[in-house]
Amino acid sequence: MSAALELHEHPEEEDLPAWSLPAEAVDRIRVPVTLPEQVTREWAWGGSTGAGVRVCILDSGIELDHPLVGRVDRSVAVLRDEDGKLQVLDDAEGDLCGHGTACAGVVRALAPDVELTSVRVLGAGYKGGGEILLRGLEWAIEQEFQVVNMSLSTTRTKYVERLHELADRAYFKRVVLVASAHNMPVESFPWRFASVISVGSHEEADPLTFFYNPTPPVEFFGRGLDLDVAWLGGGTLRCTGNSFATPHIAGICALIVGKHSDLTPFQLKSVLHQTASNAKGAAA
Amino acid sequence: MSDLDAAVAAGVLGADEAHRALLQATVEVARAIFGAKAASVFLLDEEADELVFEAVAGEGEGELIGMRFPAGTGIAGWVLTTRQPLIVDDLSADTRWSRSAAESTGYVPKSMMAVPLLVEERALGVLNVLDRPEESRVKLREVDLLGLFANQAAIALDLLQRARRAREALAAEGRLAPLARVAARLEEDDRDTAFELLQALDRLLAESE
Repeated sequence: MSAALELHEHPEEEDLPAWSLPAEAVDRIRVPVTLPEQVTREWAWGGSTGAGVRVCILDSGIELDHPLVGRVDRSVAVLRDEDGKLQVLDDAEGDLCGHGTACAGVVRALAPDVELTSVRVLGAGYKGGGEILLRGLEWAIEQEFQVVNMSLSTTRTKYVERLHELADRAYFKRVVLVASAHNMPVESFPWRFASVISVGSHEEADPLTFFYNPTPPVEFFGRGLDLDVAWLGGGTLRCTGNSFATPHIAGICALIVGKHSDLTPFQLKSVLHQTASNAKGAAA
Repeated sequence: MSDLDAAVAAGVLGADEAHRALLQATVEVARAIFGAKAASVFLLDEEADELVFEAVAGEGEGELIGMRFPAGTGIAGWVLTTRQPLIVDDLSADTRWSRSAAESTGYVPKSMMAVPLLVEERALGVLNVLDRPEESRVKLREVDLLGLFANQAAIALDLLQRARRAREALAAEGRLAPLARVAARLEEDDRDTAFELLQALDRLLAESE
């Protein structure tokens, strides 16, 4: 019996590597979602509230019981144990600096029914945060969140290779990483990787306005100017920055994935491109 | 970088004064360009995990230099840890910030632009611009402009830190202290004999390598 026939007889063996595609196996890679001739916003996320979508906020934590954030399904922190090993542990610290809470509030406003998980990798006492960031991201990929918001970056080149590897792993596991770009004259990561969705700011006031940028590395621009974001103590703060444009795009991704759960990151990026405010699909 | 390299980079003793002046000039220009009440630079002290006021123009000038607070907190803390520039238009909503700022500095800003100071892959500190005129609505171009200033301030801060390391290496107890003393004396006036001796030492060291 040939290997190809075996495959045909055992189509559930999806763990086999897809290094080649025998004729009999074409059915097995039938694409669950095919994009319509004209992708519209109505097709992409009409009626979606983000229900059933698991979103991870990789940041400084999320304040519990903030009215603009609502329910946080799980909070963990990456911490060093006595032996110096990094552990991902349940965390009751909330948010020490406010940044993660602000990002969570933006996602919640756009996609009210998502499940939110906080992974705390930033904040007071986080010296040498590169390893902590990597471990937090690795954990988020292991947990297979559909969308991970990363309003942060590292400039440490020694982490670039591992970060790149994780970004690719996420891409192949259908974990969409949405990462803040920054306009500094220094290179930072992971937003520069092609496997993530990178976000800068535009000046429009509509949260659903976003633009595709045909001249990367920044691929999308989201709302990032004069936002009233969730802030510590249950309040709000008026802010500007790519940190807040990023969860706008993450929220839109959650809406799309809520309606089309089988989209791959490649397809999702295509949908974003076609429904961007400077593309045809935005009108409908 | 070794201390000796730092010493060479700094050039001469007293360079830190010149670099401090450069940093001060940068915050003064930043303040003027944005029409702000104040501009300042925080240096990150990695050992202590604290931010230190290193240069101030406008409100608080001359009083705040050297004041410290924990690196991971406040708006500057965010900016440093996320490596992301941030503009906050109404700080009064952040009672923690207002209270701690009022207690420690005696000046409570209403708005703040903050940007990380990055040199190569290191974050050295934060550049802040406080209280731009109320009518000036934040534009993203301002953030880009602030990014350019941050680049300049980061270079100045880097030079200042190198100069300090150099000075420490050349200080009274440092191993290079005799070299510093010789260099200082050479500057006083022409000392041909001392110069010749120094050149001979240089040749000797070169030959023994």
